[in-house]
Amino acid sequence: MTDFIDIGHITDIPVQGARLVRTQRGDIAVFRTASGNFYAVDEYLEDKAGPLSNGIQHGEMVTDPMRNWVFDLATGEAQGADEGRVATYDLKIAEGRILLATAAIANQVAAE
Amino acid sequence: MTQKLIIIGAGMASGRALEQLLEADPNAYDVTLFNAEPRGNYNRIMLSPVLSGEKTYDEIVTHSAEWYEANGVTCRFGERVANVDRARKVVVAENGDELPYDKLLFGTGSNPFIIPMPGHDLEGVIAYRDLEDTELMMSMNDSNKVVVIGGGLLGLEAAAGMAARGVDVTVVHIMGHLMERQLDEAAGYLLRKALVDKGITVRCQANSKQILGENGKVRALQLDDGTELPCDLLVMAVGIRPNVKLAQDVGLAVGKGIHVDDQMLTSDADILAVGECVEHDGAIFGLVAPLYDQAKVAAQTLLNEHATFVQKEISTKLKVTGCDLFSAGDFAEGEDREDIVFRDPARGVYRRLVLKDNKIIGAVMYGDTADSNWFFGMIKDGTDIADMRETLIFGPAYQGGTPMDPLAAVAALPDDAEICGCNGISKGQIVAAINAGANTLDAVKATSKAGSSCGSCVGLVTQVLGITLGDEFKMPEKETVCKCTDQSHDDVRKLIIAKQLKSIPQIMQELDWNSPGGCHVCRPALNYYLVCAWPGEEVDDGKSRFINERVHANIQKDGTYSVVPRMLGGITTPNELRAIADAADKFNVPTVKVTGGQRIDLLGVKKEDLPAIWYDLGEAGMMSGQAYAKGLRTVKTCVGTDHCRFGTQDSTGLGIKIESEMWGAWSPHKFKLAVTGCPRNCAEATCKDLGIICVDSGYQILVGGAAGLDLLEAELLITVKTEQEAIDVSCAFYQLYREGAQYLHRPYKWIAKVGLDWVKEQVADDLENRAALAERFRYSQQFYQVDPWAERARKGVDAHEFTPLADFTKVAAE
Repeated sequence: MTDFIDIGHITDIPVQGARLVRTQRGDIAVFRTASGNFYAVDEYLEDKAGPLSNGIQHGEMVTDPMRNWVFDLATGEAQGADEGRVATYDLKIAEGRILLATAAIANQVAAE
Repeated sequence: MTQKLIIIGAGMASGRALEQLLEADPNAYDVTLFNAEPRGNYNRIMLSPVLSGEKTYDEIVTHSAEWYEANGVTCRFGERVANVDRARKVVVAENGDELPYDKLLFGTGSNPFIIPMPGHDLEGVIAYRDLEDTELMMSMNDSNKVVVIGGGLLGLEAAAGMAARGVDVTVVHIMGHLMERQLDEAAGYLLRKALVDKGITVRCQANSKQILGENGKVRALQLDDGTELPCDLLVMAVGIRPNVKLAQDVGLAVGKGIHVDDQMLTSDADILAVGECVEHDGAIFGLVAPLYDQAKVAAQTLLNEHATFVQKEISTKLKVTGCDLFSAGDFAEGEDREDIVFRDPARGVYRRLVLKDNKIIGAVMYGDTADSNWFFGMIKDGTDIADMRETLIFGPAYQGGTPMDPLAAVAALPDDAEICGCNGISKGQIVAAINAGANTLDAVKATSKAGSSCGSCVGLVTQVLGITLGDEFKMPEKETVCKCTDQSHDDVRKLIIAKQLKSIPQIMQELDWNSPGGCHVCRPALNYYLVCAWPGEEVDDGKSRFINERVHANIQKDGTYSVVPRMLGGITTPNELRAIADAADKFNVPTVKVTGGQRIDLLGVKKEDLPAIWYDLGEAGMMSGQAYAKGLRTVKTCVGTDHCRFGTQDSTGLGIKIESEMWGAWSPHKFKLAVTGCPRNCAEATCKDLGIICVDSGYQILVGGAAGLDLLEAELLITVKTEQEAIDVSCAFYQLYREGAQYLHRPYKWIAKVGLDWVKEQVADDLENRAALAERFRYSQQFYQVDPWAERARKGVDAHEFTPLADFTKVAAE
C-alpha cells in the first residue's frame, strides 16, 4: 500500500499553475490544470528540459520554458518529435488537501 | 407470516425502493417509515424550480399522505431513530418505542457540508438541502443581498432561483471556472456569461475567509483579499457528506459512506442501505440516476431475488432556465485522447467530445443540448464512431451531411462593423463593393479602399469575399496563430476590438478555437492583444505569460534568474551603485555585468530571493528595468551637450524623458531605443527599434533597425524641430506598432509587412493621427506604469511563484 504525505491545500496552487516541492533527491513540480486535475512530475529532465514548474500549463500538458518541449503531465512523455520522459509521481486529493506519495520524497527511489 | 420492514429516511432513493417493492409484492412486508423531516418523500431535485417560482411544493410531492395510507405504510414523520439493537433486531425510536424488524433499510441521505470558517454558526447562514432552506431563500426579495458560496450545480441553481425573484445575488467560487467538475473552461465561460446576463455577480478563484455578523446575524462575507460582500443571507452549497452517524453508532461497516455490496446489503445481512448515504466500490453518489438503480436492486434483494447494482456513466444537466448545459463522462485531456470541438459563437453554442480508441468517453455541451441523449447513449454503449467521425459533432441529424462553414465568425459580424480601420470601411461597404462587381481582393482594394493601406485587415476582407461570393471565390492560404485556430494574428486582433472580446476563454469561444484551452503559442499572444486593446480593464492573465514576464526576471539556464534595475537613460548615482553592490553581497550574486543597454545585470539570483533583493533595490529608489519584457527595455544615450564637445542637443535629458514616459509598456516584442547627441552616433541609434540622432536643426527619428539575428539599419521616419515633437512621434510610433504588429514581431518585421511609407503617413504626415496615437499610448500608460517589483516585494503579489509548496530537504535524513 502506498503512503501519502500532505503537501498543501488545493488552492495553494493557482489554476493552470504549478508549485515546487523540494526533496533531497531534487525538485518536483506539482501542477493544477483548468479541468481540476493535479499532477506531480520531476522539475527537470536532465540535460533536456526544465524547470518545468516555470512553463505554461495548458490542457493536461506543460510546455518547457527553455526549449518549448511539451510534456504530457499524466505520463511524463514528451510530445511530438521530441523524445524523453520525466518521472511522474502518485498524488491524490482528499478533503481539499493534496497528498503526494511518500515514495516521491524518499531518499532512494523505491525499487519497483 | 408477513415480515416487518423498517425504513429510516423518506428520501428519493428509499421512496423508489418502496415503490418497487410494493409494485412487485404488496403483501411481502409490513412497512414502517421514519423520517426526520416532518413530511414524506418529495422530489428534492425539483426544489430549484420551487425556489424560482416555476413550481409549487405541492407539485413536487412524490408520495402524499393518501398514498402512504392506501399502501398501508405506517408513517413516523418528524421522528428520528435513536438506536438500532442489531442483536435483538429492534429499532428504538426517539420517544423510546421499540419496534422489531426482520429487514431494515437505511436511507439516511446526506448532510450538506458547512465550511467551518469563523461565523458559520451565525443566523442567516444556511445550506441548500431541504424545503426549510428553500423557503428561507424564497423569503428574499429585491431589497435583499445574498451570497452563495459554491459555483457547482446546487449553488448555481440557488443563485439563479433567487435572482429570478429580483434578489441581488453574488456567487463566490473557489475554482477558476464554474462547475469545474462537470464543465471545461470554455463551457464554464459561457455559463458565467449567461448568469451574469441574469444579473448574478460571479467571482471565481475567490477564497472565503470569514463570515461577518452583527447581533448574531450574518452581515457580510469577507474574502481573503479583504473584499467584503454584504449579505442578508449566506447560502453554502459546497457539497454533501453521506449521513453515516446512525450506521456508525450501531456498528455497521462505514467508510466515506455506509459500505454496501452489489446487492445493497450492508455488513449486516438483514440491513440494506440505498441513496446518498452509501459507499459502493469506493464511490459515493449525489445524482439521482444511480440512486434509482440502487433502489431497484434493494427491492429485489428484499424479495430474495438476485439483482446486481452496477455503476454506470452518469450525466448532468443544470436546471436553470435559459442555461442549457450537459456534461457526461470523462472530459479531462490526455495523451491517448482526442478532442472534437464545435463552437457557434453567434448562437453561444459549445460542444466538445472526448474520444479514445474511436469511442466517445466524455461530452460537454452548452447552449444547444438537444442531441445530448444521442451522445450520452453512445458513451454508455461504447459505440465505435470511426465511420461518422467527420460529422459526429453536428449530431444525429447531420450524419452523412456536409460540415459547417468555418467563416461563421466573420459572417456573424453586423454590416456596420469596421473592417478596415485605416480607411474607415465597414463590412457593409465591402459587401456593396463586391456586389458591384469587385470579385477579387485587388478589386475590393481598388474600389472600396479596404485593405489598401496597412494591409492588416486583408485576411478579414478575404473572408468577406468568401462569404459574399461563396463557391466562386477561392480562399488563399493564410498563416494562422497556431494549430488551435484558423484565424490569423491580424484577424484575431481586429475581432477582439470589433466583438469587444475581453478574456481568453471568450476569444476562444467567439472565434471558434478548436482546442479547449489553447496552447503555449496562442495564449501569450492573445494575452498581449487583450492587454493592448483594453487598458484599464483587468484582462491580464498571468498564467498565459512566459515565465520571465510572470516572475519579472530573466530565467537562466541553471534555473536561477537575473535582476536588472532600471537606470533611466543609462544614468546612475553612487547611492544606487552602493545599493546594487550591497544587494550583490547580501544575496551572494555570482556575476555582476554591465549590459549593452547601459545598466547593470545581477546574474544568478535564486528564485526565492527575488522579492527580497527587489525590496532592497526598491529601498534605494530603483525599480524593475523590465529587461525580461516583451515591452519597453532601455533608452541608451550618450552624454550630449552636458559634457561632449560635439554634442548638438541634450541627448541624455531627452533619453530620460522618453524612458520616463515609456517604461512599463507591453508590446508585441521587446522595444529598444537610443538617443545620440550627434551623427557620430556613440549611442548606436541606427540599429535600434527607434533611434534619435540629434542634429543642429533638431532631431532625426529613425525606425526599424535591428542588430540581432538580422542586421538592419534603421530608416528615417521624420525630422522634427523640438524635443516635444520628438517625444510625441516616439510615443505615436510605439503605439502604432503596439496596436498593429503580430505578437513576437519586432518593429522591423512589422514595417516590412505594412511598408515604411504607410507608417510615415500615419505618424509623420497625419498630425491628427499622430496626436491620437500618442494620446492612446498615454492613456494606456497610466495603467501599466506600475513597478512590478514593488508589488511583489512589498504587497505580496503572486507570492506563490517564489516559495516552494513544501520543502522536505530539511527533514532530518534518517
